[in-house]
Amino acid sequence: MKKAVGIVLLAFGIAALFIACGPAAPKTVKFGVFEPLTGANAGGGALEVEGIKLANELYPTVKVGDKEYKIELVIADNKSDKVEAANAAQRLVDKDKVNVVLGSWGSSLSMAAGPIVKNAKVSAIGLSCTNPLVTKDNEYYFRVCFIDPFQGTVMANYAFKNLSAKKAVIIREVSNDYSVGLAKFFADAFKKLTGDENAILAELNYNTGDTDFSAQLTEVKKFKPDVIFAPGNYTESALIIKQAKELGIKTPFLGGDTWETPEFIDVGKQAVEGVVFSTFFATETPITDTSKVFLDAYRKKYNKEPAAVTALGFDGYLVALDAIQRAGSLDKEKVRAAIAATKDYPGATGMITLNEDGDAVKSAVIKTVKDGKFVYMATVEPY
Amino acid sequence: MTLSLLFQHIVNALSLGSLYALIAIGYTMVYGILRLINFAHGDVFMLGAYVAFYGITLVSLPWWAALLVAIVFTALFGIGLERVAYRPLRDSPRISIMISAIGASFLLESLGVLIFGGRPKGMPVPEVLSNVIHFGPVSMIVISLIIPLFTFALLAVLLWIVHKTKTGMAMRAVATDIEAARLMAVDVNKIVSFTFGVGSLLAAFGGIMWSFKYPQLNPLMGVMPGLKCFIAAVIGGIGSIGGAVLGGFLLGIIEIMTVAFLPTLSGYRDAFAFILLIVVLLVKPTGLLGKRQAEKV
Repeated sequence: MKKAVGIVLLAFGIAALFIACGPAAPKTVKFGVFEPLTGANAGGGALEVEGIKLANELYPTVKVGDKEYKIELVIADNKSDKVEAANAAQRLVDKDKVNVVLGSWGSSLSMAAGPIVKNAKVSAIGLSCTNPLVTKDNEYYFRVCFIDPFQGTVMANYAFKNLSAKKAVIIREVSNDYSVGLAKFFADAFKKLTGDENAILAELNYNTGDTDFSAQLTEVKKFKPDVIFAPGNYTESALIIKQAKELGIKTPFLGGDTWETPEFIDVGKQAVEGVVFSTFFATETPITDTSKVFLDAYRKKYNKEPAAVTALGFDGYLVALDAIQRAGSLDKEKVRAAIAATKDYPGATGMITLNEDGDAVKSAVIKTVKDGKFVYMATVEPY
Repeated sequence: MTLSLLFQHIVNALSLGSLYALIAIGYTMVYGILRLINFAHGDVFMLGAYVAFYGITLVSLPWWAALLVAIVFTALFGIGLERVAYRPLRDSPRISIMISAIGASFLLESLGVLIFGGRPKGMPVPEVLSNVIHFGPVSMIVISLIIPLFTFALLAVLLWIVHKTKTGMAMRAVATDIEAARLMAVDVNKIVSFTFGVGSLLAAFGGIMWSFKYPQLNPLMGVMPGLKCFIAAVIGGIGSIGGAVLGGFLLGIIEIMTVAFLPTLSGYRDAFAFILLIVVLLVKPTGLLGKRQAEKV
């Protein structure tokens, strides 16, 4: 008797299990957050995650058709490493089965995920990765920021017009696609502006993770340039500028958007005062209503001023959410088409319209470092 | 290249090389005694730098006090690490202890990420050490001048310990044959602990000097210096203290001069360090100052 009861109970138990695991509709929509949270780029990744999390707190649900879903953030650490990045992206699309991927800080890391999201047909939205190759020939990768041909031209213009520079030296992080790409676009634009094929006196290289740049900088001394363009990861860049000051180099340093992390100032301290770089957004010039919502919420939560990439994290989340609502479906193809059709979406960093490559066309902001803070200098409209 | 630029390059090379030398000594000492390549050496280096960082920022100790506290703490930590991760395996095949060292290294790195956080931190550098001094057209910061002085002072102290003291005699005995040394009433465990203590002390000192010179801390900061200094120790002849110093300087000079004379190849400077290692191993497998030793069975 006891045995029979046991068997019946067991049968019920198994049945209950089947019911629980039945092919019920998913209860949440998953946004994969693909960012470096450890390693050389962790500072940048953390800033973008802040923005994504803030957006998730303000807008936690998405309407698909007439059903309301909760949005779940699945965070994957790509460890600032191209191989790990591919693994993390694979895990997001295969195991976690995310509906959309957001990220990553760092173009090389995003490019490592490119073929993976393309094969899985999962759409990805880059936030601050500016190398043109991230979205090129990949209809599943989009981004909510401008790209490096524009950014390079902005800084070349700044060097030529504001600093009256005629000769420049480039110091690039040779293992970083972002740095190499941006350096090239700067060089092209600068040569055009000066009308001088030899306007770039030298291109010196270093590797991600290097700490000693004294040899490269001693070479720079030899060339006596008017300006040094040194796009690259923030800690390496801060060390370069610090060591340049120690070697008595007084030439102004220009850089790109990756410099805007607290670590850049933390490591560089007084040495980075006065450096100038381009970025995406300045809190001094809120553009849309969303900018105000973002700024108020951020200041309230963190009690400090947000970085540009944090605003882009916020925007990437909103663009994905908006696209899924417009698609009215979680079908991968429909979501992709809806993201691609994003037009005049009012994000925190300005109106977002994606062009045929999936890139946003937006204005750039020029900032400098003053008294240990990033300070707004000017806004440059797209040409 | 003008003469002043060349001098600047030489100063840069010596200052980088002395830092490598400082850390390479720790590698070579442990290897000399135990025939163990302590892969966790670079991570002990990281730990020393972090302890000093928290000493300065959290407890607001003056920098020299933070330095002392960090060195003592890290030396004790090194002794503890040997007791937990290496001593139980001393009589096992050498490969086991080496794998244990790799495990210890990964453990420390992961703990570093968990405890200290993955984001880099800026080391507060005392002003006395970061002032720039000029010798004509050649300039350097104070710390770059201090590091070589300390390296040579420590080299002298270590050579004195190893060759002139009783502990040193015991160390050499253990290095030659652990069993025979034990029969001669040498307390092998004590000698090994002492060696690890000194090795970790040197790693911590190197780590703190490194972070004063390149004021950026992250949990993986020890990996590359660890590898480079291992190369330096091997080039000089692993097990030989003088050889480690020579190897460190050689490596620093090669790295800097690669960039100086072949600026277009500056991205390959790490590659040159490894090529140097391969060449030395092919031509003189025992390293420049290493002695050929019969493999103990």
